[in-house]
Amino acid sequence: MTATQINAGDGMRQTRGAFLLFFLALAAVTAFTLSYGQVALDANQLWSGLFDPQSDPVSAQIVRDIRLPRVATGLLAGAALGVSGVLMQALFRNPMADAWSLGLLAGGQLGVALVVTAAAFAGPAAIAFLTAFKGIGLSVGALAGVALFAVAMVALSRRVGNITLLVVGLMLGFTVQGLVSVVIHFANRVGGRVYSGWNDGTFAATTFDDLAYMTAPIALGVVIAIGSAKGLSAMLLGETYARSMGTDVRRLRILVLGAVVLLVAPVTAYCGPVTFIGLIVPHFARAIARTSQILPLLPLAALSGALLAVSADTVVHLPWEQHFLHLNAILALAGAPVVISLLLLSPSLRGSA
Amino acid sequence: MLTLESLVSGYSNARGVVVGDVSLTLPAGAFVCVIGRNGAGKSTLMRTISGLQSALSGTVLLNGLPIAEMSAIDRARAVSVVTTERVSSPGMRALDVVQLGRQPFTDWRGQLEENDQAIVAEALAAAGASHFSPLAVDSLSDGERQRVMIARALAQTSSVMVLDEITAFLDLPGRVEMMALLRRHARETGKIVLLSSHDLELSLELAEYLWIVDDGVLKHGSPDELMASGALGHAFDSHDVAFDSAAHRFRLRATRA
Repeated sequence: MTATQINAGDGMRQTRGAFLLFFLALAAVTAFTLSYGQVALDANQLWSGLFDPQSDPVSAQIVRDIRLPRVATGLLAGAALGVSGVLMQALFRNPMADAWSLGLLAGGQLGVALVVTAAAFAGPAAIAFLTAFKGIGLSVGALAGVALFAVAMVALSRRVGNITLLVVGLMLGFTVQGLVSVVIHFANRVGGRVYSGWNDGTFAATTFDDLAYMTAPIALGVVIAIGSAKGLSAMLLGETYARSMGTDVRRLRILVLGAVVLLVAPVTAYCGPVTFIGLIVPHFARAIARTSQILPLLPLAALSGALLAVSADTVVHLPWEQHFLHLNAILALAGAPVVISLLLLSPSLRGSA
Repeated sequence: MLTLESLVSGYSNARGVVVGDVSLTLPAGAFVCVIGRNGAGKSTLMRTISGLQSALSGTVLLNGLPIAEMSAIDRARAVSVVTTERVSSPGMRALDVVQLGRQPFTDWRGQLEENDQAIVAEALAAAGASHFSPLAVDSLSDGERQRVMIARALAQTSSVMVLDEITAFLDLPGRVEMMALLRRHARETGKIVLLSSHDLELSLELAEYLWIVDDGVLKHGSPDELMASGALGHAFDSHDVAFDSAAHRFRLRATRA
């Protein structure tokens, strides 16, 4: 038993060290991306821009009004997606599950496209409203789409295996892509621009007011996630074992699904479909915590999700000569190789997913 | 004490009644082997007794309390279950699995106290799984996995353990060891152990109580009684093999053609 205890202690120490590193890295990346961009600020300008806006109104405007909402959105969205990934992978017992791979984001895309098109039919006033209050208007569509597709995938997951479910999720993505291009055809040009601007995925389109609307559901989702962690740990052994150990599986499934929608839908509504974060972050968390128990994974997944999101966003907003980089392109460049190596190198994934 | 009162297990769909009308009582410390041909309904009966599936009629009482009416937590404290389902999850260590067995007793976080840790360590040792507890479940052999799942059930410290076909993936020494371990556990701790197995001869040798599921009927008694009554032959004899009660084993019938 001593070997086990030492091992568990190692995981704990490693986790504590990881927390420290994550906070330092987050602070460093945040400071860098707040000060660097099309306009480079030095440390003094960053400081006065943040904390003493009267003395340096130009820096203050750049830092507080342009960069800070973007960075805060990235932190929040990354954390929410990281936590949602842990929930999805445990609920579906599928290490490759997340909101994107199982088609939930496709549901959001379809919902948003339908809202945009409906607004185009309703007339210019509706489109003007949508352009002005993009977040709220698109939230409804994203929420309905994500929720609907989530329920459908859970129902399907009880009939088919992991690999089938993943392929169905990806095919749903393609189907929606096709459907959307047909649907958007009926929207006018403004509506099409609203959709494609949203669909690229960005943290830069949010204001502080939007952030407040995002935070409330995400906070609730995180609370439910923490409350469901024990039952989800039991679910790692499958439904029969979870029930035999005292988990009310039906209730757990509904709660976790609700939490996933609360975490994913606001991010999708305000930032567009953001890929890969939910898929790879839980694997980092498990590697650091050296456990698959859900509760210790949640803060690690939130932190590494936030770090990945802000880092990718930093790359997007470097002062490129011709600005053509999208958030999802950077995330794919970082994420896809990680997924491929996980699939090839991990014995459990080679077998089961 | 586990009591079945006119228990009928089965499904409300077309499959209907699987095992009909069983009434019996098992004392604490009973070690029961459940045998029967494939598809006879062993698993259905055992799922019904565990409360994982509702009975068509009748009740299962543990010390006078109906298991089906217990809360999820109380039921988990009353009955633990081991199946053949293959458990696999990235990063999950054997120790994690066994610790999950303490869930009916831990707080909302699943935090293990000192005495939980002690019970987990004891369960790992009893199942002979201590030395691979820090390893990933995915790296273990089938036999080692089964030991881990049994350790998890032991850690659950329930009054009844229901184990369905758990020896199927083990070699002969592994099977004997596992069944002997469970029998010892029942004797020493007063827990009731129900174990279904394909391994007829081993079951006959080790069982204190034998249940034969045959054609929708449960026949129960000591192995000797059931052999003498011809129940065993009725359940398993076929055109080619017949049970030889004197030798406690099956023999090929002399070719008649």
